[in-house]
Amino acid sequence: MFQYILKRIIEMIPLLLVISILSFLFIHMIPGDPARLVAGKDATLEDVNRVSIELGLDQPIWKQYISFMGNLFQGDLGTSLKTGLPVSTMFADRFMPSVYLTLLSMGWAVVIGLIIGTLSAVFKNKWPDHLGMVTAVSGISLPGFWLGLILIQIFSVQLGWFPTGGSEGWKSYVLPSITLGAGIMSMLARFTRSSLLETLKADFIRTGRAKGLKESSVLTKHALRNSLIPVVTIAGLQFGFLLGGSVVVETVFSFPGMGRLLIDSIAFRDYPVIQSALLLFSVEFILVNLIVDILYSTLNPKIQYES
Amino acid sequence: MEFTSTVREKKHVVPKKKYSPVREFWVNFRRQKTAFFASMFILLLIIIAFVGPSIAPYDPYQPDYDATLQGPSSEHVLGTDEYGRDIFSRILVGTRITLSVSMSSVLIGAVVGTVLGIMSGYFGGWLDRIIMRSSDVMFAFPDLLLAIAIVAILGPGLNNVIIAVSVFSVPSFARLVRSSTLEAKENTFVEAAKSMGAPHKRIMFKHIFPETVSGLIVFVTMRIGGAIIAASSLSFLGLGASPETPDWGAMLSMGRDYLGTASHVVMMPGIAIFLTVLAFNLIGDGLRDVLDPKTKNE
Repeated sequence: MFQYILKRIIEMIPLLLVISILSFLFIHMIPGDPARLVAGKDATLEDVNRVSIELGLDQPIWKQYISFMGNLFQGDLGTSLKTGLPVSTMFADRFMPSVYLTLLSMGWAVVIGLIIGTLSAVFKNKWPDHLGMVTAVSGISLPGFWLGLILIQIFSVQLGWFPTGGSEGWKSYVLPSITLGAGIMSMLARFTRSSLLETLKADFIRTGRAKGLKESSVLTKHALRNSLIPVVTIAGLQFGFLLGGSVVVETVFSFPGMGRLLIDSIAFRDYPVIQSALLLFSVEFILVNLIVDILYSTLNPKIQYES
Repeated sequence: MEFTSTVREKKHVVPKKKYSPVREFWVNFRRQKTAFFASMFILLLIIIAFVGPSIAPYDPYQPDYDATLQGPSSEHVLGTDEYGRDIFSRILVGTRITLSVSMSSVLIGAVVGTVLGIMSGYFGGWLDRIIMRSSDVMFAFPDLLLAIAIVAILGPGLNNVIIAVSVFSVPSFARLVRSSTLEAKENTFVEAAKSMGAPHKRIMFKHIFPETVSGLIVFVTMRIGGAIIAASSLSFLGLGASPETPDWGAMLSMGRDYLGTASHVVMMPGIAIFLTVLAFNLIGDGLRDVLDPKTKNE
C-alpha cells in the first residue's frame, strides 16, 4: 500500500514540472511585452525598463524559470500589481474558505447523489426513479450562476433566511454550497444508478439472493460496494468541475475565496496573482486525484499495489 | 432514458424496405419520446437562430428609457431590461449567438480531438505517448479554469470564448476516439485493408473513423450542453460577450443588480439557457440509448 502511494507520488512529479513550466510561461504567452503590460498603459519607456529588470525579464528565459521555481519553493509567489502585497499573503485568508466551500459542496453532493442514485436503481421505472432522474437531468442542465441567483432571490431577498453574500459564519456557506454541489450531485446520481443497475445483473448478486440473503444485505454489502468503485473515480474527476464552478459561485455570492480573487485579478490584469492562482488550482486538482486513486485502491481489492 | 424502457421492451419493428443504418437509427430514435421531443425543440431553436432578427417584435439594441425594468405584459411578453430593451426580442436574437458559439466550439474541439485520437490509437508508440501525456497536462487544469486562463491570455470576447471552449474539449475527444480506435483496430477488415497495402490515411479515415462515429455523436451532443453553460458562465463573469450583446449569459449578468426589484431580467435568459441545455442533454441520453448500447442505462 505504502509503496503504491509512493509510486503514484513519484509519477506525479513530471506532471507537476510541466504544469510549473506552463504557469511560468503564462505571463509570456500574453500578446505583447509583459513588462509593458505590468507597467500599465501610461508607463514611460523608463518605467517599462525598470519593471523589466525588477521582474527579471531581461534575463534569459531558463534563468527566469529557475528563479521562479526557487521563489516558489520559498513560498514566494510574487507581488500583486494591484495591491502591492505579496501574493502568498493575499492567498492566505482566501484559501481556506474556498476549501471549506468545495468540501462542503462535495460532501452533500456525494451523500445525496448516492441516495438518489441508489433509490432510482432499486425502484427502477417506478416513481422514485422518475423523480430522481428528472431532478438529476435538470441538475446538470442548470447553469450554476443562475441557480445561485434564484436561491438568493428566494432565500435571501424574499425569506431573509441567509445572507446574499460574504462569509460571516456558517450561514453564508449554505446557499453557495447548494449551488456548487447541485451539478455534481446530479452527475453522481445518474452514474450511481447506472453503475448499480449494472452490478445488480452480476452473477454474485444472483448467488447472494439464491442463498437467501436479505435483499438489504445484498444491496449494501454486495452491490453498493462494487458499484461505488466507478462512482469514486467520477467523483474525483468532477472535483475539477467544482474548482471551476467555485469561480462562478464565489462571484455570484461575493464570497471571499480563491475563485473570486482570480476573476477580480483578471479584471485588473494582475498577472502575478492570476499565474499563482491557476498554479494553485491545478496542483490542488492533481492532489485530489491522487487521494481518489488511493481511495479507489482501498475500495477495489483487484488493484495490485506492487508491479 | 428513464422514460424509454417500457418502449424498448416492445418488439423490434422489422423494416420492410431495404436495410439502412440511417433508417434503423431513425426508427429507434423516434421511439425515444423525450429525446425526440427535445430534438424538435432544438430544431425550433435552429430555425429561430436563422429568422430570429426578422421576427423579433422590437429592436434588441434600441433602448427605451420610458419602459425600463417592466415586468411581462401584453406589450413586452417577457418584460424589459434596465435600458427598456425588449427581453423577448433579445432572447430571440441571442439564440444565434448561443447556438453558434456552443456548436462551433464543440465541433472544432471534436475535429481536432478526433484526428489526434485516431492517430494516437492507430500509430501508438511515441506519438501516442506525446498526445496522451499532453492531454494529461490539460486535464490537470479543470475545464472552466482552463477556459478562464485562455481568455485571460487572449482577452475577453466571443471569439476567444470559442477558442477557449474548443481547446478544453480537445483532450476529452482525443481520449474517447483513441479508445474506440484501439478497439476498431482489432477488426479483421482493418487487417485486410492493411494487407492489401492501403495507405495509413485511408485506413484511419475510411475504415476506423466510421467505427468511432456513434460514440462521437453521443459525446458531441452531451458536450454542447456543457459548452453552452461554459460560454454563458464566461459571459456572466465578464470574460465573454460584451454587455450590450444580446448574449443570454451577458443578459443575466447585467440583470443581477435588479434581482430584488425586477427578477424577470434574470429569470428569462436563465430559463432560455436551462431549457436549451436540458434539451441537448435529453437528446444525448436518447442517442446514447440508441447508438451506444454498451453504456446503456438499463
